[in-house]
Amino acid sequence: MQIKAMRDTFLISLHSKMKDDKNIYFVTADFGAPILDKIREDYPTRFINVGIAEQNLINVSTGLALEGFKVYVYAIAPFITMRCYEQIRVNISVLSHVREMNINLIGVGAGVSYAMSGPTHHCLEDLTIMKTLPNMEVFSPSDYKLAEAYVERTLEVNKPKYIRFDAKPMHALRKEISSFNDGFTVLQEGKGLAIISTGYMTQKVMDFAKDFNLAVIDLYFLNRYDMSKLRETLNNITTIITIEEGFKNSGGLDAEINFNFKNKKIINLGFEKKYTFEIGSREFVHAENSLGKQHIIDEIEKVIKC
Amino acid sequence: MSNINFLKEKSKFVRIETLKIHKLAPETRVASSLSPVEIFVALYYGKILNFNPNNPRDDNRDRFIISKGHGSISMYPLLADLGFFDTNELQNVCKDGTFLGGIPDPIIPGYETVNGSLGHGLGVGSGIALALKSKDKKENVVVLTGDGELNEGSNWEAIMFAAQHQLDNMTLIVDYNKVSMLDFSRNIINLNSLNEKFKAFNWKVFEVIDGHNVKDVYLTLKEAVNSRENKPKIIIVNTIKGKGVPFLETHALSHILSVKPDDIDTLIEEIKNAD
Repeated sequence: MQIKAMRDTFLISLHSKMKDDKNIYFVTADFGAPILDKIREDYPTRFINVGIAEQNLINVSTGLALEGFKVYVYAIAPFITMRCYEQIRVNISVLSHVREMNINLIGVGAGVSYAMSGPTHHCLEDLTIMKTLPNMEVFSPSDYKLAEAYVERTLEVNKPKYIRFDAKPMHALRKEISSFNDGFTVLQEGKGLAIISTGYMTQKVMDFAKDFNLAVIDLYFLNRYDMSKLRETLNNITTIITIEEGFKNSGGLDAEINFNFKNKKIINLGFEKKYTFEIGSREFVHAENSLGKQHIIDEIEKVIKC
Repeated sequence: MSNINFLKEKSKFVRIETLKIHKLAPETRVASSLSPVEIFVALYYGKILNFNPNNPRDDNRDRFIISKGHGSISMYPLLADLGFFDTNELQNVCKDGTFLGGIPDPIIPGYETVNGSLGHGLGVGSGIALALKSKDKKENVVVLTGDGELNEGSNWEAIMFAAQHQLDNMTLIVDYNKVSMLDFSRNIINLNSLNEKFKAFNWKVFEVIDGHNVKDVYLTLKEAVNSRENKPKIIIVNTIKGKGVPFLETHALSHILSVKPDDIDTLIEEIKNAD
């Protein structure tokens, strides 16, 4: 089966839009991708590299957006969110309350995509801090098809958005996309137990989910999903396991579900609140944080045996 | 009345009205709002800026970003006088439900951005300047910062960016009053020599020695804002924090001091009678 990186399908689609839509600007903090070279080559006046300067990345992008450009802002996920969080808060979240702006923050390297690079490049806080900002839509796709489909919405919705892309190429989890604006996809039907996961963790769960009688729900709009449809979907579910590649009990996916589905039994799986310096594969880093494949299977079996 | 005399009268007017606001709302930052009075007067009453009170976000306006927002309460009487909002609103500064806060926000007609936090205006201004150039629009971007504010590293990211992209449609005005919150700036981070720093960063540098001589301020601002030589421009305006209130003018803590309401009427008389 074909594997692709989310950023590639997204950027290829965006590149094709830039031909007709002269209002698209692309701003990077010296972070690239092969397809970005094409954007730079074909649209040199609408491609800006601000250098290694994330605060200015946000501020310059805000200025462009205030003047009516649709701005795509690009850097490694921990840097585009945490190095310049106050710029995002003041100039995007607060200011967009008063003035319309279409600004799309693209962070590459969700969770521990960059497993080998250690704590500076592990991004385990972003879902929490971006989700807490008023006016900020948080998009956490689990495959390249969702990433590609999102381009249309970014152009249509004149609001700030945070896009959390995995760094690694992965399989598609869906043949085609229906009801994209629902914000979630039921990837496997089931009764009693449902897993609600986001991003790479949905990929991980789908590797072995078929061996169990459970539902798998991929939530990709963490704060813009259709609540009543999700409620309906969970009608025949009594227990939910949330799984995220982010610190648990910190306001991320787990908080979203715990707050809104108080009538269910909920188990939260996520990273332990510590930094991992030990180098290894993604699965190794997960296992160090009680999030390895076997750990998740153990949790599922515990629920099923009950 | 000559143009310069008109600007002098308006400077007095703005200073007096600012003190009146401070009397009603002692939590306003009065010292920081009094140092840029002549700058505001020159920009607006001198018509260096193109603005439209009936449509504050008119596409053909010059974009003026007041990055040192808290230190611009003196903009309130000026904007009201020019028709951006009703003069009666000045009675309500800092009261429940008003749009005129202790720190101005872009819900106030005439304000572009959120200003409560320092070090944001120049980067946002750079993005706007880039956008205007990209659309071949002739409007100017003018950004006002304080000198203490230049301690923020985000400014220096923007300073390098603006020079790299030759944003000669942008002018930075530094209200160089040399007092930060807790002390004189020289005892915290000494910015000397600010003009040399900006020259080294490839900016075109202007300086006004006496920032309360409204003629000098007006003439220099006018020249600088309209100059287009492929370089962003800075005007270092040497000002006095708390100008018009003698005890504030020399006080290291002027930023956080208020003027006693009882003293304000006397101060207003003194300002009225001054040359």
